[in-house]
Amino acid sequence: MPTFSLVHLEFLLVAAQWTIGLSIAAFVGGGLVGFVVALARISDLRLLRIAAMIYIQLVQGTPLLILLFVIYFGISLLGFNNLPALFAACAGLIVYSSGFLAEIWRGCIESVPKTQWQAAECLALTPWQRMVKVILPQAARIATAPTVGFLVQIVKNTSLASVVGFVELAQAGKLINNSIYEPFTVFMIVALIYFAICFPLSTWSRRLERKLNVGRR
Amino acid sequence: MTYHFDFAALLPYWREFARGIWLTVQLSAVSTVLGFVLGTLCAIGRADGSRGVKWLVAIYVEAIRNTPLLVQVFIIYFGIATLGVHVSANMAAVIALVVNVGAYTCEIVRAGIESVHKSQIEAADCLGLSRFQTYWHVVLRPAIERVYPAITSQYVLLMLASSITSQISAEELTAVANRIQSDTFRAFETYIVTGVLYLLLSFVVRVCLWLFGLAVFVRRRKLGTAI
Repeated sequence: MPTFSLVHLEFLLVAAQWTIGLSIAAFVGGGLVGFVVALARISDLRLLRIAAMIYIQLVQGTPLLILLFVIYFGISLLGFNNLPALFAACAGLIVYSSGFLAEIWRGCIESVPKTQWQAAECLALTPWQRMVKVILPQAARIATAPTVGFLVQIVKNTSLASVVGFVELAQAGKLINNSIYEPFTVFMIVALIYFAICFPLSTWSRRLERKLNVGRR
Repeated sequence: MTYHFDFAALLPYWREFARGIWLTVQLSAVSTVLGFVLGTLCAIGRADGSRGVKWLVAIYVEAIRNTPLLVQVFIIYFGIATLGVHVSANMAAVIALVVNVGAYTCEIVRAGIESVHKSQIEAADCLGLSRFQTYWHVVLRPAIERVYPAITSQYVLLMLASSITSQISAEELTAVANRIQSDTFRAFETYIVTGVLYLLLSFVVRVCLWLFGLAVFVRRRKLGTAI
């Protein structure tokens, strides 16, 4: 019976690159969608606000696993049968991260002091100028730490992409374990690789938090 | 598109869904209670323990918070099996969820403990309260009351995360859905229904925790102000 060898490790490291790629795609895509949803959530139009709220509640109230399944099977219902698993995995993670990022960023935008909004209005800035030149730069400062923190969640949750058959780090671990059955070794190494990706991010997030001292302002 | 939705095909399976929901509720409830106890103990250990304890807790929290629950579930389920101890999938699921949520609770409660003013503890010392009394009456209650909203969302996330244990065939809601969809070939409908059930469940969990908060934090209920 074969045991864990360098070949397996190499396979895991290649899969880890997919995990990182998937995370980046989910973050960029989720960030774009999430930003629009966050703006819709605080829009002056009631309908937009409600629609954004429903979207956020839907995403935050269902497990990512179910979200992935619905998207995976939904895509094939729409007639795209030959799309690779990567597509469903990306779409699911983008929807997931947009729902959470929207809520995080809404909080950051709203935590910019009311006086700043009023001052911008007094200076006769248009709503667009007010947002881009006054509110967002300040909100971005507050948003960095929780956003980096959420990045850790995204990296960890890419592990669920394995359920739609996408071979990322967790799925690679499962495959290797199926062939050599050394679950403890294999999954410990998988966990270590995840840790190596996530720990620097969470440390960075904590450092940012301390530097900005957002909590005690 | 020629697909016809057929939600009626799922009706004969309502018993299965109910059984799945029940197990999800049980899993979440047990791991909420045990996870909270574990997390609070760790938070106390981290705030007030010896150097070794502080280190141990820090390592535990960082290890759990920086690895995916899915991998933790695999390590616990398969790992324990290779040690020669046989645990059922449900048992392994509970252990994994408790260990996981304990780390998050620890971080949240620690933030609460740190927010208790030093003078409060000094006052408790002056009044001759024992260390246990100080923690129970002076530190933990206001600390937990303050971070209760964060705890609430953490436990809603825990309920949703229990779906991950379907991967080791703990027969909770998601695992039931997986089986039903392979029985009926109505995958899309099955997962839509499951998603709605989870939405309802997360609403119920939120309401329950809110009511629990009202019952426990008397001061807040009477005064209506944040601490």
